[in-house]
Amino acid sequence: MSAPQAAAPTPQAAKDASQRRQKAMLADYFERLAAARENGTKVVYTFVPGNLVELIDALDMLPVLPEINALQSAMRKRSAGYIAEAEKAGHAEDVCSYVKCDIGMLKSGNTGPTGTKLPEPDLLLLSYTGCFTFMKWFELLRQEYHCPVVMLHVPYQAGGAVSGEMQRYVVDQLRQKVVPALEAVAGRRLDDGALRERLERSRQAEDDLVAVWDSARNRPSPIDAYFGGVYYIGPIFSAFRGGDGAVAYYRELRREVEDRVAHGEGPTTPDGSGAPERHRLVVEGPPNWTHFNDFWRMFSREGAVMVSSTYTRVGGLYDGGFRHDAERPLDSLAEYCLGCYTNLSLPARVDLLERDIRKYAADGFLINSVKSCNSFSAGQLLMLRELEQRTGVPGGFIESDLVDPRYFGKANIENRVQSYLQMLEARGKERTAA
Amino acid sequence: MKCAVGIDLGSTTTKAVLLDEDGRIVGRGITNSRSNYEVACAVAREEALSAARFELLRQAVEVAAGRDAHAAGAPATALQDAYRLELYLAELAELTAEIGTLLESRPMEAHRAALTPAAAEVLAEMAEGAALLFAPGAERKSDFFRDLAAAAFMHAAERVAGAGGVPFDRLAGLFDRAILNVETRLKSTDFGATLRRAAARVAAARGDGPGEAARLALLELADRVAALPIAEIAFVGTGYGRQTLPFPKEAIRSEILCHGRGAHRAYPGTRSVLDIGGQDTKAIQVDERGVVTGFQMNDRCAAGCGRYLGYIADELNLGLHELGPLALQARRAVKVNSTCTVFAGAELRERLALGQRREDILAGLHRSIMLRAMSLLARSGGVANQFTFTGGVCKNAMATRVLGELVGEHYGAGITINTDPDSIYMGALGAALFALDDARAGRPALLPAFAAPRGAAA
Repeated sequence: MSAPQAAAPTPQAAKDASQRRQKAMLADYFERLAAARENGTKVVYTFVPGNLVELIDALDMLPVLPEINALQSAMRKRSAGYIAEAEKAGHAEDVCSYVKCDIGMLKSGNTGPTGTKLPEPDLLLLSYTGCFTFMKWFELLRQEYHCPVVMLHVPYQAGGAVSGEMQRYVVDQLRQKVVPALEAVAGRRLDDGALRERLERSRQAEDDLVAVWDSARNRPSPIDAYFGGVYYIGPIFSAFRGGDGAVAYYRELRREVEDRVAHGEGPTTPDGSGAPERHRLVVEGPPNWTHFNDFWRMFSREGAVMVSSTYTRVGGLYDGGFRHDAERPLDSLAEYCLGCYTNLSLPARVDLLERDIRKYAADGFLINSVKSCNSFSAGQLLMLRELEQRTGVPGGFIESDLVDPRYFGKANIENRVQSYLQMLEARGKERTAA
Repeated sequence: MKCAVGIDLGSTTTKAVLLDEDGRIVGRGITNSRSNYEVACAVAREEALSAARFELLRQAVEVAAGRDAHAAGAPATALQDAYRLELYLAELAELTAEIGTLLESRPMEAHRAALTPAAAEVLAEMAEGAALLFAPGAERKSDFFRDLAAAAFMHAAERVAGAGGVPFDRLAGLFDRAILNVETRLKSTDFGATLRRAAARVAAARGDGPGEAARLALLELADRVAALPIAEIAFVGTGYGRQTLPFPKEAIRSEILCHGRGAHRAYPGTRSVLDIGGQDTKAIQVDERGVVTGFQMNDRCAAGCGRYLGYIADELNLGLHELGPLALQARRAVKVNSTCTVFAGAELRERLALGQRREDILAGLHRSIMLRAMSLLARSGGVANQFTFTGGVCKNAMATRVLGELVGEHYGAGITINTDPDSIYMGALGAALFALDDARAGRPALLPAFAAPRGAAA
């Protein structure tokens, strides 16, 4: 979900200028977090889907996103140790590995992914957007930190649409519960103008991000919208949305991508420019973080480019038309939360995947099912069948985990990926022959 | 003759299949994968090439029979058995030399005096008994040198040790160390020279029957067949070890595609395939051309694969081939968990201790392995008619029976289930078919030189 720049791949992974910019942004962010206590800056822990960083920032507080810390720790090869710590503390093997990695990090001194210490939270802001584990996770953190919790209950989009009642329900909570709780911690009132400024900057960045997603309609696609995509969502899904840094990042990213389109170039991969595009895939499910570049290379070296992914929609679905809106601050924040991918029903997820398979002219789609994620792995085989039936495009299915390296069987996964890509090749030839 | 070669580097065995330009199978080879895929690959390929030459020889004998009654009296089968004996003796000579080297090494100093004559006696007994292993109609439990030599060595070692002086464990340890070196050494066989020795052996064994003219005719035929050129025009490798060997990228195909294609070639009506190998179970769906349309395979855990049965066989001190027939004698199937091989082993011991019949427990174990396979099949898209079962486990009659019952229960009685005694070669067959495609499309890849020992191919 965020910037995986500091992973330790072998050999060294190639990077774009925007990636280097993001790395600097992250380093600065973790520095600010490290100095937060000293500077008297208040800290709010919150989750990526449905995060309200514009509100937090408008009150001059800093967000901490535990999933980002977990995945960043995994990319830096620290998650195995943290998970072991959590298991020592009594957390079972099958518990969400993001949770265990975060708890283990906390138990090991709460040193963040870049090596600086993370401040304790002044508030836990639980935006509930479909993942029930989030509730349990913050219960555990509350026990550790003895700090207040405020919960925003976002109703599930069971019917596949957001009703006026749902919208009002969220806005009322924002107005009556969330904003007052944030103000209480910040020690001052929310400045409406400051919030609007941030929301306007969010919109600018979102416009550029959508242009980046849309660029994958080109052949070759100039982006990898899954492996590359997790870098692209880094700023907007985390602490930077609504800030000048994010606006500049997305402007630069869009230029880079447009430049690649102009030159007919494919995406930047860990090996620099990857093999020429042979397969265009849409992906469901998060990537594995512990072997991120290995996993990516399994595709990039075979010329398989991910033209869209649902994972890059978990922290906001902008290509459906939604934008944060300075004219409708709380309403647009409510819409944002309601529209996150994690809050969609199975049929809505299938619809979204079908839309992208067609929109990006994909010749395959892949599901990476996460062992320790009960919320989102359930039903994925049904999704596979339904999508195959609707589109005639063959699906592939692999299983791994988020940040627990024990669940990444490289040989097994590579075998499946190769088999799947060769199957696409063979079926492509067959169609040509027919 | 021009051939396309397919090699399947499985976790337990390595197989090779040769197809001629018309797609006919002309040779097959199989060997244990050892801990060295390079050698296994070379051995399987060489065996397939030899088999192709024997096929040519058979054809030559048939032609010769038309005009020469003496030549017709030289059965190619006897010659092939003699050829195998020659190969066995050559490996036995290597084993003997290796044991000699080990006995000369420093760590053996203290035991050298006692072990040297004992080992010599064991090896001499093995050499004496070798011909019996390859006598006409002799039944061998395995064709792999390691298995045959181990059985013969241990048998002789028990007797020699029993006679006093040398502990059995020391002799057995000597064999274990030596065989590792012998079977992982890349070597080449001169087909022509070996065949000549075999032909001479066959002719000599015939005593006064056909006389000098027949002996000469046989030798001449052997020479002619050995000299026939066999050109490998394309190659594809598959199986678990395909990444380990530096095969050219374009010569590698996934075993899922190869098994699907091989099963479809053997039974063109095939639409679903179940392949249970040593550590992989694959459920594959194919279309009317044998192209894979979907698949599932076991993930991380190999419970439910061939090794599960291997482990159970070890626990019971039985041969793998004995499990199925025993289980078929069950009166009822005891429920056994299938989530973990080791747990199943513990459960097996527990149930034996409770007095439950071995046959009934084994029936339960077979059912549990097949239930896992059914789950994979369901996830891959189910079982469509026709359904082909491949892989080493399909040799197990109980496994096949249970699978049939479960398929009937879940998918109805109308499903045709194909099993083939040669199904272990399906992956290599599929690979060879892909190689032939590549040759026909004008972009063949060839087997790398490391696996092409001198003299193996013409």
